[in-house]
Amino acid sequence: MSADWKGAIDCDAHPHVPNIDALKRHMNDYWSETVDVRGITAFDSVAYPPNAPITMRPDWRADKSRGRARADSDAGRAAAALMDRHGFAHSILNCLYAVQLIRDEHMAAAFCRAVNDWVSAEWLDRDPRYRASIVLPLQNPELAVEEIERCASDKRFVQVLALAMGEHPLGKSHFWPVWKAAEKHGLAIGIHAGSSYHHATTGSGWPSYYLEDYAAQSLAFHTQLGSFIAEGVFVKFPKLKLVLIESGVTWIGPYLWRLSKFWRGVRLEVPWIDRSPIEFVRDHVRLTIQPFDAPASGETVGRLMDQLQSDQMLLFASDFPHWQFDNDDMLPVGIDATLRKKILIDNPLATYPRLGGSHAA
Amino acid sequence: MPLDDPMGPAITTDNGKGSAAPNRLAVIDGDIHPAVRSMADFKPYLSKRWWDHYETYGMRRKHGSANGEPYPKSAPLACRRDAWPEEGGRPGSSLRLMQEQHLDAYGIEAGILGPLGNTGQGEMNLELSAAMCSATNDWQRDTFTRPEKRLKAGLVVPYEDGVASAKEIERCGGDTDFGQVFLLTRSAEPLGNRRYWPIYEAAERYNLPIGFHVFGTSGHPVSGAGWPSYYIEEGAGHSTSCQTVVTSLVIEGVFEHFPKLKVVMIEGGFAWAPALAFRLDKIFERMRNEVPHLKRRPSEYIRDHVYFTTQPMEEPDDRRHVLDIMSWIGWDKLLFASDYPHWDFDDPFRAFPAGVTTEQHRRICAENGKSVFRLN
Repeated sequence: MSADWKGAIDCDAHPHVPNIDALKRHMNDYWSETVDVRGITAFDSVAYPPNAPITMRPDWRADKSRGRARADSDAGRAAAALMDRHGFAHSILNCLYAVQLIRDEHMAAAFCRAVNDWVSAEWLDRDPRYRASIVLPLQNPELAVEEIERCASDKRFVQVLALAMGEHPLGKSHFWPVWKAAEKHGLAIGIHAGSSYHHATTGSGWPSYYLEDYAAQSLAFHTQLGSFIAEGVFVKFPKLKLVLIESGVTWIGPYLWRLSKFWRGVRLEVPWIDRSPIEFVRDHVRLTIQPFDAPASGETVGRLMDQLQSDQMLLFASDFPHWQFDNDDMLPVGIDATLRKKILIDNPLATYPRLGGSHAA
Repeated sequence: MPLDDPMGPAITTDNGKGSAAPNRLAVIDGDIHPAVRSMADFKPYLSKRWWDHYETYGMRRKHGSANGEPYPKSAPLACRRDAWPEEGGRPGSSLRLMQEQHLDAYGIEAGILGPLGNTGQGEMNLELSAAMCSATNDWQRDTFTRPEKRLKAGLVVPYEDGVASAKEIERCGGDTDFGQVFLLTRSAEPLGNRRYWPIYEAAERYNLPIGFHVFGTSGHPVSGAGWPSYYIEEGAGHSTSCQTVVTSLVIEGVFEHFPKLKVVMIEGGFAWAPALAFRLDKIFERMRNEVPHLKRRPSEYIRDHVYFTTQPMEEPDDRRHVLDIMSWIGWDKLLFASDYPHWDFDDPFRAFPAGVTTEQHRRICAENGKSVFRLN
């Protein structure tokens, strides 16, 4: 079975920051002391409550009775569960330590620096197959650009990372200096499910249940995609690739039909959009395939795949250690061998220019 | 999938001069927007206290704009240019023009009204909200549904006050001129929240469906991602606000608690629904212990309780994609709506893609509405 995954590029895996001390080691004296003086214990997000089923697959959880540590606790254990077991060529690490919750932009920048340096030292340096995203303090675009410039010389960083729910939709010109820096360095923009919780998670305020919170993530992806297109980000930065990570995927076709129809009706408002939104998406937007919101029916999956009208848009991802699948069922059913190879290898390589040359299939 | 020949338009109109052709479809239109000529039309229906209040302070909704919209529309009042009455007033304010241009011309047998604008919905002063909603209901009845039996009113309620809303349903719900209870999707809290349950309890009791029409002023951006810049984003985003409504109604247990309740999602399109149902089922499977009040999968509640109006019709490059979606939703759950007199109006005989069979078209345009709207 593992041969089926050989050479695959896993575009979404999550390393776990074990505790605040792990980050303090990567802070200067001022911030390290601040953590102590102010009693900061962690920035963990309710987007993934630690014990919620979806947060970690049962067999990847710690099990004291068996003396088993959680599978995402260090680079070696995660490599054993992913790259060793399946023969992946790379796993791209998206650290979800919740720097986005922080209101203080200086503190956010300090934590981003610490997270990125921790990923580099504790994961990238431990296994040459890992790649990672640069976590950004988007609370202030200038500080985000500084962080890109600080990290970009390390080619193991292949992407910059934002969350689906932040302060403002990410296509707004407010953020363009950040995307300009990303384009300059050949870094893709990754938007991952999650929230800064600076706004309610739905357009009608705060829902009662966690289940609704997670469901609402896909709605924020609608907004982000509309924003990147309507604001003209892809016109301004024609080399950019936008990767929607853990979005659920199957919402995108219907949303684009609607957006494209509106564009035909109201395009006088956004005259810089010289093509249908669908065309921008085919050229610039990619989606990771876990989770893929569909029933386990090959026929239905096939019809949904056909809605994408492209075999280049999907990127393989394990979403490790989130519980999106059981056993080794890492792709939806009903995908043929040609498309499978594209999703596993060709599409990630085309999306992340920084993987080029380093890929050993 | 084999495709039928394109459906020839069954319409043989003489451009609104009357005389429907004998074998035409008796269309049920799920979304027609009546309008006041000016706010003075409401004056006879408001007490002096509330009229004076309105004149002094105006309406205050959670978007900060005293007049107009933070996202200006692409046409004045988002209306068709040919829908402005010769005698003055706003599109939708002339029953005569609505009859000629729409009801007669398309053979509309039943039209469900959905009043928008200063109806009191989303107004921050809850007492003003209630007074305006009552005025809107009385005005609809006198101006539209009494003189024109093909029209059914939308019972507007001051939905941020569940108890006052139930009272308004009590006041009007026995009158068969009302075909649905009318709410907007952008509410202050997700619409499955218990504060709204008195609305559902009263609606169920009167056998009235709830129509959730897009728009509203929740004070929140359309999703947790923040406020977009452009009307195109706001417009396309209405489908996300519909998903918020459906998710909340299902997950918070509204359909478990009100098993006879039917809801209609209006003007948000429908193509988003299968992906949402797939998503909710998947998450539910993982975390059903968080919501033990749900006895069935989310998709089952959606299948049994939620109807979708078709306008604005989604138009993928490959029409088979939208046919897939329609068959997944169920041909019995789709309802034609025109959105008259707005710019993105759908024509009942031209909006649907080739491949929709004559029988399916008949169900969407003339049959399904009978099982959801209160038409008799």
